[in-house]
Amino acid sequence: MKHEIIVDVKRDHILNLLNSGKRIDGRAFDEYREVSVEVGINQRAEGSALVKLGRTQVMVGVKLSVGEPFPDMPDSGVLTTNAELIPLASPSFERGPPDEDTVELARVVDRAIRESRCIDLEKLCISEGELVWIVFIDLHPLDYDGNLFDACTLGAIAALKNAVFPKLEDGRVDYKTKTEEKLPIVDTPVEVTFAKIGGHILVDPCLEEEEVLDARLTVGYNEKGEIVAMQKGGSGTFTQEEILDIVRRGREKAEFLRKHLPGDADGKN
Amino acid sequence: MKAGEPEEFIIDGKRLDGRRVDELRPLKIEAGVLKRADGSAYLEWGGNRVLAACYGPREIHPRHEANPQRAVLRTYYSMAPFSVYERKRPGPDRRSMEISKVTRQALESVVFTHLYPMTAIDVYIEILQAQAGTRCAGITAASVALADAGIPMKDLVPACAAGKVGGHIVLDLFDIEDNYGEADLPVAIVPRTGEVSLLQMDGNLTQEEFEQAFKLAIKGCMQVYEKQKEALRRRYGGSQE
Repeated sequence: MKHEIIVDVKRDHILNLLNSGKRIDGRAFDEYREVSVEVGINQRAEGSALVKLGRTQVMVGVKLSVGEPFPDMPDSGVLTTNAELIPLASPSFERGPPDEDTVELARVVDRAIRESRCIDLEKLCISEGELVWIVFIDLHPLDYDGNLFDACTLGAIAALKNAVFPKLEDGRVDYKTKTEEKLPIVDTPVEVTFAKIGGHILVDPCLEEEEVLDARLTVGYNEKGEIVAMQKGGSGTFTQEEILDIVRRGREKAEFLRKHLPGDADGKN
Repeated sequence: MKAGEPEEFIIDGKRLDGRRVDELRPLKIEAGVLKRADGSAYLEWGGNRVLAACYGPREIHPRHEANPQRAVLRTYYSMAPFSVYERKRPGPDRRSMEISKVTRQALESVVFTHLYPMTAIDVYIEILQAQAGTRCAGITAASVALADAGIPMKDLVPACAAGKVGGHIVLDLFDIEDNYGEADLPVAIVPRTGEVSLLQMDGNLTQEEFEQAFKLAIKGCMQVYEKQKEALRRRYGGSQE
């Protein structure tokens, strides 16, 4: 993510703590911050979620519209993931067209959603080659305290599971009338991010850790624990052993995150 | 099954373009091909044609991007409109913005940027013809261009992808495999330490498949590394090691 003013002193401080087995916010190296997921928090969106990861807060809205399918996938709905890093959420976010961090965030979240095939896109076909549902996922961080990848992916899948179709009449959407019908969600991918700071590997970096990290690795897992997306970031490197270890350990962290998704029964609409 | 998807990806142990599962596409690298750039490289990798040019260290514009501790490495990945089957709209899109970023991060760890504070080192990667694997081709060419420009570096950075097609783990996917395959895993390494500076994945791999593909990609990187060194030796002569 965007680097705010990095003071070498801060890095030294964080590293010294890590060398003595401590993180700056007191967590264990393999411990997530407190996770909370609320769904159905926005009445205009077809599906919505508010995810908190410690002090990081992300709102995710799912909107549905109809349009033409892609010519090479005439019987398949369309998925679009977008992120906006609004200046309200951090002194380091700026107004203007999406920068590379924003684009990367949207694309990495999209990767897990798309590659896990968690939305049954063929069920979104209304009339083959002519009309399909288009799913817009909008990632909207409200307070940036690190690790937007995991928070946004969790929020995206929560909002998707929460989404219901609006009423469709003669090929037009009546947004004021929602149906009971849920989006066809068949998997719940989540992403798990690890940071490397001076040879230490930590899960769920907070902002201060993100600012000084050497490298990070985000891994997306489906419900079966298969890997569906990966993205290495940061200017530093990982050893091959570190990568194999992260990918193995990430699986149980993915299970942990997934447990915070509201069950189908409590998904408020 | 998508339109145009082959029924089999591997027939009698051979892939659709005749390669073995662990075989790279033919790779040719030439260093120092452009007159105006401070360093450059041209690369042909299967059906990929890639040019990379390095300018710098030079004065940085806009000035506020200058860093008093080190040079700023800037990488730009771009595809020519005619490089793909359906014309690509010129200019940066979301995909190329992401690739530019991960390319920079793949290269930053090897460049001695602290030697040139307040300057920019710009690397431009132009995909002239694409046949899948262009980000790896771009990184591979870019690090040769940096070396050709005489930028002090710890090492070259070779990149290569592995993936899964028709249930098989294969090295260096070409376009049909990339379009219809199950997973793609681009990797870049710093060979002297064996460390990994780029890692991305999309698709679906089990733990075991991931480990197999990851190791295969690293083997591929080591072969690419030899080609990079050969290119520099051809350009500058010198001993064989």
